[in-house]
Amino acid sequence: MTTFLDIDHVSKIFPLAAGGRYIALHDVSLQIHQGEFVSLIGHSGCGKSTLLNMVAGLDLPTEGRVTLEEQEIRRPGPDRMVVFQNYSLLPWKTVRQNITLAIDSALKHLPRGERRSIAEHHIDLVSLRAAADKYPAQLSGGMKQRVAIARALALRPKVLLLDEPFGALDALTRGNLQEQLMQICQENHVTCLMVTHDVDEALLLSDRVVMLTNGPSAEIGQILDVPIPRPRHRLDVVNHPSYYTLRNQIIAFLDQQKRSKQLKRQTVAAA
Amino acid sequence: MMKILTSTAALLLFLAIWQILCSGDKPSLPPPLRVIWDTRVLILDPFFNHGGTDKGLFWHILASLQRVIVGFSLAAIVGVAVGVLIGTSRFIYDALDPLFQVLRTVPPLAWLPISLAVFRNNEPSAIFVIFITAIWPIVINTAVGVQQIPQDYKNVAKVLKLSRWEYVTNVLLPATVPYVFTGLRIGIGLSWLAIVAAEMLIGGVGIGFFIWDAWNSSLMSEIILALVYVGIVGLLLDKLVAFAGKLCVPGGQDL
Repeated sequence: MTTFLDIDHVSKIFPLAAGGRYIALHDVSLQIHQGEFVSLIGHSGCGKSTLLNMVAGLDLPTEGRVTLEEQEIRRPGPDRMVVFQNYSLLPWKTVRQNITLAIDSALKHLPRGERRSIAEHHIDLVSLRAAADKYPAQLSGGMKQRVAIARALALRPKVLLLDEPFGALDALTRGNLQEQLMQICQENHVTCLMVTHDVDEALLLSDRVVMLTNGPSAEIGQILDVPIPRPRHRLDVVNHPSYYTLRNQIIAFLDQQKRSKQLKRQTVAAA
Repeated sequence: MMKILTSTAALLLFLAIWQILCSGDKPSLPPPLRVIWDTRVLILDPFFNHGGTDKGLFWHILASLQRVIVGFSLAAIVGVAVGVLIGTSRFIYDALDPLFQVLRTVPPLAWLPISLAVFRNNEPSAIFVIFITAIWPIVINTAVGVQQIPQDYKNVAKVLKLSRWEYVTNVLLPATVPYVFTGLRIGIGLSWLAIVAAEMLIGGVGIGFFIWDAWNSSLMSEIILALVYVGIVGLLLDKLVAFAGKLCVPGGQDL
Protein backbone atom coordinates (compact mmCIF):
# COMPACT_ATOMS: atom_id res chain seq x y z
CA MET A 1 0.00 0.00 0.00
CA THR A 2 1.22 3.47 -0.77
CA THR A 3 1.28 6.32 1.68
CA PHE A 4 -1.90 8.35 1.52
CA LEU A 5 -1.57 10.79 4.37
CA ASP A 6 2.00 11.60 5.31
CA ILE A 7 2.92 13.45 8.49
CA ASP A 8 6.56 14.11 7.79
CA HIS A 9 8.90 15.21 10.63
CA VAL A 10 6.38 17.65 11.97
CA SER A 11 7.12 19.94 14.92
CA LYS A 12 4.83 22.57 16.37
CA ILE A 13 6.19 25.43 18.42
CA PHE A 14 3.95 28.08 19.96
CA PRO A 15 5.42 31.46 20.86
CA LEU A 16 4.52 32.36 24.44
CA ALA A 17 3.01 35.67 25.44
CA ALA A 18 5.80 36.23 27.97
CA GLY A 19 8.41 35.63 25.26
CA GLY A 20 10.06 32.26 24.87
CA ARG A 21 8.35 29.35 23.18
CA TYR A 22 6.49 26.19 23.93
CA ILE A 23 7.38 23.11 21.93
CA ALA A 24 4.11 21.21 21.67
CA LEU A 25 5.14 18.49 19.24
CA HIS A 26 8.64 17.41 18.34
CA ASP A 27 9.55 15.62 15.14
CA VAL A 28 6.44 13.51 14.64
CA SER A 29 6.31 11.25 11.60
CA LEU A 30 3.36 9.05 10.75
CA GLN A 31 2.14 7.49 7.52
CA ILE A 32 -1.48 6.56 7.10
CA HIS A 33 -2.79 4.34 4.31
CA GLN A 34 -5.99 4.78 2.40
CA GLY A 35 -8.93 3.21 4.24
CA GLU A 36 -6.98 2.92 7.45
CA PHE A 37 -8.40 3.91 10.84
CA VAL A 38 -5.74 5.40 13.10
CA SER A 39 -6.21 6.66 16.65
CA LEU A 40 -4.06 9.15 18.49
CA ILE A 41 -4.05 8.51 22.20
CA GLY A 42 -2.28 10.31 25.03
CA HIS A 43 -2.87 12.35 28.14
CA SER A 44 -4.55 15.71 27.80
CA GLY A 45 -2.20 18.43 26.68
CA CYS A 46 0.06 16.03 24.77
CA GLY A 47 -0.62 17.79 21.49
CA LYS A 48 -2.83 15.18 19.85
CA SER A 49 -5.46 17.76 18.93
CA THR A 50 -2.71 20.04 17.63
CA LEU A 51 -1.57 17.23 15.37
CA LEU A 52 -5.12 16.67 14.14
CA ASN A 53 -5.53 20.39 13.50
CA MET A 54 -2.42 20.38 11.34
CA VAL A 55 -3.87 17.59 9.21
CA ALA A 56 -7.09 19.60 9.04
CA GLY A 57 -5.09 22.66 8.00
CA LEU A 58 -6.53 24.73 10.84
CA ASP A 59 -2.98 24.94 12.18
CA LEU A 60 0.32 24.84 10.31
CA PRO A 61 3.43 22.89 11.35
CA THR A 62 6.38 24.99 12.45
CA GLU A 63 8.75 22.42 10.95
CA GLY A 64 8.13 19.52 8.62
CA ARG A 65 5.04 19.09 6.52
CA VAL A 66 1.82 17.16 6.15
CA THR A 67 0.87 15.87 2.74
CA LEU A 68 -2.29 14.22 1.47
CA GLU A 69 -1.85 12.36 -1.82
CA GLU A 70 1.46 14.18 -2.14
CA GLN A 71 -0.19 17.59 -1.91
CA GLU A 72 1.08 19.69 0.97
CA ILE A 73 -1.66 20.75 3.40
CA ARG A 74 -1.62 24.49 3.92
CA ARG A 75 -5.22 25.38 4.62
CA PRO A 76 -8.45 23.74 5.75
CA GLY A 77 -10.67 22.11 3.18
CA PRO A 78 -13.70 19.86 2.95
CA ASP A 79 -11.53 16.93 1.75
CA ARG A 80 -10.35 16.73 5.38
CA MET A 81 -13.64 17.20 7.15
CA VAL A 82 -13.49 17.42 10.92
CA VAL A 83 -15.97 16.05 13.45
CA PHE A 84 -15.41 18.34 16.41
CA GLN A 85 -15.79 17.26 20.00
CA ASN A 86 -18.47 19.85 20.72
CA TYR A 87 -20.36 19.03 17.50
CA SER A 88 -19.98 22.57 16.09
CA LEU A 89 -23.41 22.57 14.53
CA LEU A 90 -24.85 25.96 13.68
CA PRO A 91 -27.64 26.38 16.25
CA TRP A 92 -29.82 28.52 13.95
CA LYS A 93 -29.99 25.80 11.32
CA THR A 94 -31.97 22.58 11.43
CA VAL A 95 -30.34 19.19 11.04
CA ARG A 96 -31.10 19.23 7.33
CA GLN A 97 -29.93 22.82 6.88
CA ASN A 98 -26.66 22.11 8.68
CA ILE A 99 -25.97 19.22 6.36
CA THR A 100 -27.07 20.99 3.18
CA LEU A 101 -24.98 24.07 3.99
CA ALA A 102 -21.91 21.84 4.04
CA ILE A 103 -22.89 20.02 0.85
CA ASP A 104 -23.87 23.20 -0.99
CA SER A 105 -20.59 24.92 -0.25
CA ALA A 106 -18.23 21.97 -0.59
CA LEU A 107 -19.85 20.15 -3.52
CA LYS A 108 -20.86 23.19 -5.58
CA HIS A 109 -20.01 21.38 -8.80
CA LEU A 110 -22.83 18.85 -8.37
CA PRO A 111 -26.33 19.60 -9.67
CA ARG A 112 -28.85 20.74 -7.10
CA GLY A 113 -30.94 17.59 -7.19
CA GLU A 114 -27.94 15.40 -6.54
CA ARG A 115 -26.88 17.55 -3.59
CA ARG A 116 -30.37 17.18 -2.10
CA SER A 117 -30.32 13.42 -2.45
CA ILE A 118 -26.86 13.24 -0.84
CA ALA A 119 -28.24 15.19 2.11
CA GLU A 120 -31.26 12.90 2.46
CA HIS A 121 -29.11 9.81 2.11
CA HIS A 122 -26.85 10.90 4.96
CA ILE A 123 -29.76 11.88 7.18
CA ASP A 124 -30.94 8.29 6.80
CA LEU A 125 -27.42 6.94 7.24
CA VAL A 126 -27.33 8.20 10.83
CA SER A 127 -31.05 7.45 11.37
CA LEU A 128 -32.10 11.06 11.89
CA ARG A 129 -35.06 11.10 9.51
CA ALA A 130 -37.47 11.96 12.33
CA ALA A 131 -35.31 14.82 13.57
CA ALA A 132 -34.36 16.28 10.18
CA ASP A 133 -36.25 19.53 10.73
CA LYS A 134 -35.28 20.02 14.35
CA TYR A 135 -32.77 22.53 15.64
CA PRO A 136 -29.63 21.33 17.46
CA ALA A 137 -30.97 22.69 20.77
CA GLN A 138 -33.80 20.16 20.53
CA LEU A 139 -31.44 17.20 20.09
CA SER A 140 -29.56 15.04 22.57
CA GLY A 141 -25.76 15.03 22.56
CA GLY A 142 -25.65 11.72 20.71
CA MET A 143 -28.00 12.97 18.01
CA LYS A 144 -25.98 16.15 17.58
CA GLN A 145 -22.84 14.14 17.09
CA ARG A 146 -24.62 11.96 14.53
CA VAL A 147 -25.53 15.13 12.62
CA ALA A 148 -21.90 16.20 12.74
CA ILE A 149 -20.81 12.78 11.45
CA ALA A 150 -23.44 12.84 8.71
CA ARG A 151 -22.35 16.34 7.72
CA ALA A 152 -18.74 15.22 7.55
CA LEU A 153 -19.39 12.01 5.62
CA ALA A 154 -21.73 13.73 3.16
CA LEU A 155 -18.75 15.63 1.77
CA ARG A 156 -16.97 12.38 0.89
CA PRO A 157 -13.80 13.57 2.57
CA LYS A 158 -10.54 11.88 1.68
CA VAL A 159 -9.78 11.79 5.38
CA LEU A 160 -12.27 12.00 8.20
CA LEU A 161 -10.80 13.72 11.23
CA LEU A 162 -12.43 13.02 14.57
CA ASP A 163 -11.49 15.09 17.60
CA GLU A 164 -12.62 13.14 20.67
CA PRO A 165 -15.95 12.67 18.91
CA PHE A 166 -17.65 10.72 21.68
CA GLY A 167 -15.99 12.37 24.67
CA ALA A 168 -19.06 14.26 25.81
CA LEU A 169 -21.51 11.39 25.48
CA ASP A 170 -22.83 8.92 28.03
CA ALA A 171 -21.47 5.36 27.85
CA LEU A 172 -24.54 3.80 26.22
CA THR A 173 -24.86 6.39 23.46
CA ARG A 174 -21.11 6.30 22.93
CA GLY A 175 -21.16 2.53 22.38
CA ASN A 176 -23.94 2.73 19.80
CA LEU A 177 -22.34 5.58 17.91
CA GLN A 178 -18.96 3.85 17.86
CA GLU A 179 -20.50 0.82 16.19
CA GLN A 180 -22.39 2.97 13.70
CA LEU A 181 -19.28 4.94 12.83
CA MET A 182 -17.27 1.75 12.45
CA GLN A 183 -19.84 0.26 10.13
CA ILE A 184 -20.10 3.39 7.98
CA CYS A 185 -16.32 3.73 7.70
CA GLN A 186 -15.97 0.06 6.83
CA GLU A 187 -18.63 0.14 4.13
CA ASN A 188 -17.37 3.34 2.56
CA HIS A 189 -13.64 2.72 3.00
CA VAL A 190 -13.20 6.02 4.80
CA THR A 191 -9.72 6.91 6.00
CA CYS A 192 -9.96 8.12 9.59
CA LEU A 193 -7.72 9.84 12.07
CA MET A 194 -9.23 10.02 15.52
CA VAL A 195 -8.07 11.72 18.69
CA THR A 196 -9.23 9.97 21.84
CA HIS A 197 -8.26 9.30 25.41
CA ASP A 198 -10.43 6.21 25.69
CA VAL A 199 -8.39 3.01 25.41
CA ASP A 200 -11.33 0.75 24.58
CA GLU A 201 -12.62 3.12 21.95
CA ALA A 202 -9.19 3.23 20.32
CA LEU A 203 -8.97 -0.59 20.26
CA LEU A 204 -12.49 -1.09 18.98
CA LEU A 205 -12.20 1.29 16.06
CA SER A 206 -8.57 1.38 15.03
CA ASP A 207 -6.24 -0.52 12.80
CA ARG A 208 -3.37 1.21 14.55
CA VAL A 209 -3.16 3.07 17.83
CA VAL A 210 -0.54 5.82 17.97
CA MET A 211 0.54 6.69 21.51
CA LEU A 212 1.93 10.13 22.16
CA THR A 213 4.26 10.97 25.03
CA ASN A 214 3.42 13.82 27.35
CA GLY A 215 4.22 17.36 26.30
CA PRO A 216 6.11 19.57 26.11
CA SER A 217 7.99 18.16 23.14
CA ALA A 218 5.49 15.33 22.69
CA GLU A 219 6.58 12.58 20.34
CA ILE A 220 5.20 9.30 19.13
CA GLY A 221 6.02 6.89 21.96
CA GLN A 222 4.75 3.68 20.50
CA ILE A 223 2.55 2.46 17.65
CA LEU A 224 0.35 -0.54 18.24
CA ASP A 225 -1.19 -2.67 15.49
CA VAL A 226 -4.63 -3.98 16.30
CA PRO A 227 -4.82 -7.34 14.51
CA ILE A 228 -8.48 -7.96 15.25
CA PRO A 229 -10.29 -8.88 12.00
CA ARG A 230 -13.09 -6.77 10.54
CA PRO A 231 -16.01 -6.42 10.48
CA ARG A 232 -15.76 -6.05 14.23
CA HIS A 233 -18.38 -6.18 16.89
CA ARG A 234 -17.89 -4.98 20.39
CA LEU A 235 -18.22 -8.42 21.98
CA ASP A 236 -15.94 -10.12 19.46
CA VAL A 237 -13.34 -7.45 20.08
CA VAL A 238 -13.51 -7.75 23.84
CA ASN A 239 -13.32 -11.54 23.60
CA HIS A 240 -10.47 -11.57 21.11
CA PRO A 241 -7.45 -13.38 22.62
CA SER A 242 -5.10 -10.44 22.06
CA TYR A 243 -7.51 -7.78 23.39
CA TYR A 244 -6.26 -7.66 26.97
CA THR A 245 -2.61 -7.83 25.98
CA LEU A 246 -3.16 -4.84 23.69
CA ARG A 247 -5.21 -3.00 26.27
CA ASN A 248 -2.58 -3.59 28.93
CA GLN A 249 0.14 -2.31 26.64
CA ILE A 250 -1.67 0.97 26.07
CA ILE A 251 -2.53 1.40 29.72
CA ALA A 252 1.03 0.58 30.74
CA PHE A 253 2.26 3.23 28.32
CA LEU A 254 -0.17 5.85 29.61
CA ASP A 255 0.68 4.97 33.24
CA GLN A 256 4.35 5.29 32.53
CA GLN A 257 3.74 8.70 30.93
CA LYS A 258 1.81 9.79 33.98
CA ARG A 259 4.58 8.64 36.31
CA SER A 260 7.29 10.37 34.33
CA LYS A 261 5.22 13.56 34.44
CA GLN A 262 4.90 13.30 38.21
CA LEU A 263 8.58 12.55 38.49
CA LYS A 264 9.42 15.63 36.42
CA ARG A 265 7.19 17.73 38.62
CA GLN A 266 8.81 16.40 41.78
CA THR A 267 12.27 17.12 40.42
CA VAL A 268 11.24 20.64 39.58
CA ALA A 269 9.74 21.08 43.04
CA ALA A 270 12.88 19.72 44.72
CA ALA A 271 15.08 22.02 42.67
CA MET B 1 -51.43 35.13 37.42
CA MET B 2 -50.18 35.59 40.96
CA LYS B 3 -47.68 38.10 39.61
CA ILE B 4 -50.44 40.22 38.07
CA LEU B 5 -52.37 40.21 41.34
CA THR B 6 -49.39 41.30 43.43
CA SER B 7 -48.34 44.04 41.01
CA THR B 8 -51.92 45.35 40.76
CA ALA B 9 -52.15 45.38 44.54
CA ALA B 10 -48.87 47.29 44.77
CA LEU B 11 -50.08 49.83 42.20
CA LEU B 12 -53.36 50.38 44.05
CA LEU B 13 -51.49 50.78 47.32
CA PHE B 14 -49.20 53.35 45.72
CA LEU B 15 -52.16 55.32 44.33
CA ALA B 16 -53.92 55.16 47.69
CA ILE B 17 -50.90 56.53 49.56
CA TRP B 18 -50.53 59.26 46.94
CA GLN B 19 -54.21 60.10 47.26
CA ILE B 20 -53.92 60.39 51.05
CA LEU B 21 -50.67 62.38 51.06
CA CYS B 22 -51.91 64.91 48.49
CA SER B 23 -55.45 65.37 49.69
CA GLY B 24 -54.76 68.29 52.08
CA ASP B 25 -55.55 71.91 51.33
CA LYS B 26 -53.62 73.20 48.28
CA PRO B 27 -51.23 70.26 47.80
CA SER B 28 -48.15 70.80 45.57
CA LEU B 29 -49.21 67.77 43.48
CA PRO B 30 -52.78 66.86 42.60
CA PRO B 31 -53.92 63.45 43.94
CA PRO B 32 -54.74 60.70 41.36
CA LEU B 33 -58.52 61.15 41.39
CA ARG B 34 -58.04 64.89 40.85
CA VAL B 35 -55.71 64.14 37.91
CA ILE B 36 -58.34 61.96 36.25
CA TRP B 37 -61.05 64.58 36.80
CA ASP B 38 -58.88 67.45 35.50
CA THR B 39 -57.79 65.58 32.40
CA ARG B 40 -61.06 63.81 31.57
CA VAL B 41 -61.33 65.69 28.29
CA LEU B 42 -57.84 64.61 27.21
CA ILE B 43 -58.42 61.03 28.29
CA LEU B 44 -61.81 60.68 26.62
CA ASP B 45 -60.87 62.37 23.36
CA PRO B 46 -57.23 61.88 22.47
CA PHE B 47 -57.95 62.51 18.78
CA PHE B 48 -59.15 66.13 18.73
CA ASN B 49 -57.28 68.50 16.49
CA HIS B 50 -57.82 72.23 16.85
CA GLY B 51 -54.86 73.13 14.66
CA GLY B 52 -51.37 74.25 15.63
CA THR B 53 -50.17 72.55 18.79
CA ASP B 54 -53.67 72.30 20.22
CA LYS B 55 -54.14 68.61 19.56
CA GLY B 56 -55.13 65.47 21.43
CA LEU B 57 -52.52 63.37 23.14
CA PHE B 58 -52.69 60.78 20.38
CA TRP B 59 -51.29 63.30 17.87
CA HIS B 60 -48.56 64.43 20.23
CA ILE B 61 -47.45 60.88 20.92
CA LEU B 62 -47.68 60.02 17.23
CA ALA B 63 -45.44 62.97 16.33
CA SER B 64 -42.88 61.90 18.92
CA LEU B 65 -43.05 58.29 17.74
CA GLN B 66 -42.47 59.34 14.14
CA ARG B 67 -39.29 61.18 15.12
CA VAL B 68 -38.12 58.20 17.17
CA ILE B 69 -38.86 55.73 14.38
CA VAL B 70 -36.93 57.72 11.78
CA GLY B 71 -33.97 58.43 14.07
CA PHE B 72 -33.91 54.95 15.53
CA SER B 73 -34.17 53.22 12.14
CA LEU B 74 -31.23 55.22 10.84
CA ALA B 75 -29.29 54.39 13.99
CA ALA B 76 -30.13 50.69 13.59
CA ILE B 77 -28.95 50.56 9.97
CA VAL B 78 -25.77 52.56 10.48
CA GLY B 79 -25.13 51.03 13.91
CA VAL B 80 -25.29 47.41 12.76
CA ALA B 81 -23.12 48.15 9.72
CA VAL B 82 -20.48 49.98 11.76
CA GLY B 83 -20.71 47.34 14.49
CA VAL B 84 -20.06 44.51 12.04
CA LEU B 85 -17.17 46.48 10.55
CA ILE B 86 -15.38 47.20 13.83
CA GLY B 87 -16.25 43.73 15.14
CA THR B 88 -14.58 42.02 12.18
CA SER B 89 -11.43 44.10 12.15
CA ARG B 90 -9.33 44.32 15.28
CA PHE B 91 -7.47 47.21 13.69
CA ILE B 92 -10.55 49.37 13.09
CA TYR B 93 -11.86 48.40 16.53
CA ASP B 94 -8.69 49.55 18.26
CA ALA B 95 -8.76 52.76 16.26
CA LEU B 96 -12.38 53.71 16.92
CA ASP B 97 -13.28 52.17 20.26
CA PRO B 98 -11.77 54.94 22.45
CA LEU B 99 -13.61 57.56 20.41
CA PHE B 100 -16.91 55.68 20.76
CA GLN B 101 -16.39 55.22 24.48
CA VAL B 102 -16.10 58.99 24.88
CA LEU B 103 -18.93 59.91 22.52
CA ARG B 104 -21.41 57.46 24.02
CA THR B 105 -21.19 59.16 27.42
CA VAL B 106 -22.25 62.53 25.96
CA PRO B 107 -25.81 63.21 27.21
CA PRO B 108 -28.36 63.28 24.37
CA LEU B 109 -29.37 66.90 24.89
CA ALA B 110 -25.78 68.07 24.66
CA TRP B 111 -25.95 67.14 20.97
CA LEU B 112 -28.91 69.41 20.35
CA PRO B 113 -27.08 72.77 20.01
CA ILE B 114 -24.58 71.21 17.61
CA SER B 115 -27.26 69.61 15.49
CA LEU B 116 -29.28 72.84 15.49
CA ALA B 117 -26.18 74.66 14.30
CA VAL B 118 -25.61 72.11 11.54
CA PHE B 119 -29.18 71.53 10.36
CA ARG B 120 -30.63 74.99 11.16
CA ASN B 121 -34.00 73.31 11.47
CA ASN B 122 -35.82 71.76 14.43
CA GLU B 123 -37.09 68.58 12.85
CA PRO B 124 -33.83 67.08 11.52
CA SER B 125 -32.10 68.23 14.70
CA ALA B 126 -34.48 66.25 16.89
CA ILE B 127 -34.07 63.21 14.65
CA PHE B 128 -30.30 63.58 14.80
CA VAL B 129 -30.43 63.64 18.59
CA ILE B 130 -32.37 60.34 18.53
CA PHE B 131 -29.93 58.90 16.04
CA ILE B 132 -26.81 59.82 17.98
CA THR B 133 -28.34 58.64 21.25
CA ALA B 134 -29.47 55.25 19.98
CA ILE B 135 -26.47 54.39 17.85
CA TRP B 136 -23.82 53.71 20.51
CA PRO B 137 -25.38 50.74 22.24
CA ILE B 138 -26.22 49.28 18.82
CA VAL B 139 -22.67 49.71 17.52
CA ILE B 140 -21.04 48.40 20.66
CA ASN B 141 -23.32 45.39 21.12
CA THR B 142 -23.08 44.40 17.46
CA ALA B 143 -19.29 44.63 17.59
CA VAL B 144 -19.19 42.48 20.72
CA GLY B 145 -21.54 39.98 19.05
CA VAL B 146 -19.25 39.68 16.04
CA GLN B 147 -16.19 39.31 18.28
CA GLN B 148 -17.92 36.65 20.37
CA ILE B 149 -18.65 34.30 17.46
CA PRO B 150 -17.38 30.97 18.82
CA GLN B 151 -14.15 29.67 17.30
CA ASP B 152 -16.01 26.42 16.55
CA TYR B 153 -18.28 28.11 14.04
CA LYS B 154 -15.32 29.86 12.44
CA ASN B 155 -13.52 26.52 12.19
CA VAL B 156 -16.54 24.93 10.53
CA ALA B 157 -16.65 27.82 8.07
CA LYS B 158 -12.94 27.38 7.34
CA VAL B 159 -13.14 23.63 6.83
CA LEU B 160 -16.16 24.04 4.57
CA LYS B 161 -14.35 26.86 2.76
CA LEU B 162 -17.40 29.11 2.96
CA SER B 163 -17.10 32.17 0.75
CA ARG B 164 -17.10 35.58 2.41
CA TRP B 165 -20.78 36.05 1.57
CA GLU B 166 -21.77 32.54 2.68
CA TYR B 167 -19.95 33.17 5.96
CA VAL B 168 -21.73 36.47 6.57
CA THR B 169 -25.21 35.14 5.86
CA ASN B 170 -24.88 31.67 7.40
CA VAL B 171 -22.63 32.32 10.38
CA LEU B 172 -21.84 35.94 11.17
CA LEU B 173 -25.29 37.51 11.02
CA PRO B 174 -27.26 34.73 12.76
CA ALA B 175 -24.61 34.47 15.47
CA THR B 176 -24.77 38.22 16.04
CA VAL B 177 -28.55 38.71 15.99
CA PRO B 178 -29.09 38.23 19.75
CA TYR B 179 -26.42 40.85 20.50
CA VAL B 180 -27.86 43.24 17.92
CA PHE B 181 -31.25 43.04 19.58
CA THR B 182 -29.77 43.70 22.99
CA GLY B 183 -28.32 46.87 21.48
CA LEU B 184 -31.58 47.75 19.76
CA ARG B 185 -33.53 47.39 22.99
CA ILE B 186 -31.19 49.68 24.88
CA GLY B 187 -31.24 52.04 21.89
CA ILE B 188 -35.02 52.32 21.65
CA GLY B 189 -35.24 53.01 25.39
CA LEU B 190 -32.65 55.77 25.16
CA SER B 191 -34.37 57.22 22.07
CA TRP B 192 -37.64 57.57 23.90
CA LEU B 193 -35.88 59.18 26.86
CA ALA B 194 -34.15 61.62 24.55
CA ILE B 195 -37.11 62.64 22.39
CA VAL B 196 -39.18 63.83 25.35
CA ALA B 197 -36.29 66.01 26.51
CA ALA B 198 -35.44 67.26 23.04
CA GLU B 199 -39.03 68.23 22.26
CA MET B 200 -39.19 70.35 25.40
CA LEU B 201 -36.49 72.49 23.83
CA ILE B 202 -37.46 72.48 20.16
CA GLY B 203 -41.24 72.86 20.54
CA GLY B 204 -43.78 71.91 17.88
CA VAL B 205 -46.14 68.98 18.17
CA GLY B 206 -44.85 66.20 20.40
CA ILE B 207 -45.36 64.75 23.83
CA GLY B 208 -42.25 66.51 25.19
CA PHE B 209 -43.57 69.85 24.07
CA PHE B 210 -46.98 68.99 25.49
CA ILE B 211 -45.42 68.46 28.92
CA TRP B 212 -43.45 71.68 28.75
CA ASP B 213 -46.49 73.60 27.56
CA ALA B 214 -48.55 72.18 30.42
CA TRP B 215 -45.87 73.23 32.88
CA ASN B 216 -45.90 76.77 31.54
CA SER B 217 -49.67 76.83 32.06
CA SER B 218 -49.29 75.21 35.51
CA LEU B 219 -51.50 72.29 34.47
CA MET B 220 -49.97 69.69 36.79
CA SER B 221 -52.67 67.11 36.12
CA GLU B 222 -51.94 67.18 32.38
CA ILE B 223 -48.23 66.67 33.06
CA ILE B 224 -48.95 63.65 35.20
CA LEU B 225 -51.26 62.16 32.59
CA ALA B 226 -48.62 62.73 29.90
CA LEU B 227 -45.98 61.04 32.07
CA VAL B 228 -48.19 57.98 32.41
CA TYR B 229 -48.58 57.85 28.62
CA VAL B 230 -44.86 58.35 28.08
CA GLY B 231 -44.15 55.45 30.43
CA ILE B 232 -46.64 53.16 28.75
CA VAL B 233 -45.42 53.97 25.24
CA GLY B 234 -41.80 53.45 26.35
CA LEU B 235 -42.71 50.06 27.75
CA LEU B 236 -44.55 49.10 24.57
CA LEU B 237 -41.57 50.15 22.42
CA ASP B 238 -39.27 47.98 24.51
CA LYS B 239 -41.64 45.00 24.29
CA LEU B 240 -42.02 45.53 20.55
CA VAL B 241 -38.28 45.38 19.93
CA ALA B 242 -37.98 42.37 22.23
CA PHE B 243 -40.77 40.66 20.30
CA ALA B 244 -39.13 41.46 16.95
CA GLY B 245 -35.96 40.00 18.41
CA LYS B 246 -37.72 36.76 19.29
CA LEU B 247 -39.00 36.49 15.72
CA CYS B 248 -35.58 37.21 14.24
CA VAL B 249 -33.51 34.94 16.44
CA PRO B 250 -33.75 31.59 14.74
CA GLY B 251 -33.48 28.07 16.06
CA GLY B 252 -34.02 28.15 19.78
CA GLN B 253 -31.25 30.56 20.65
CA ASP B 254 -31.75 32.65 23.73
CA LEU B 255 -32.07 36.38 23.39
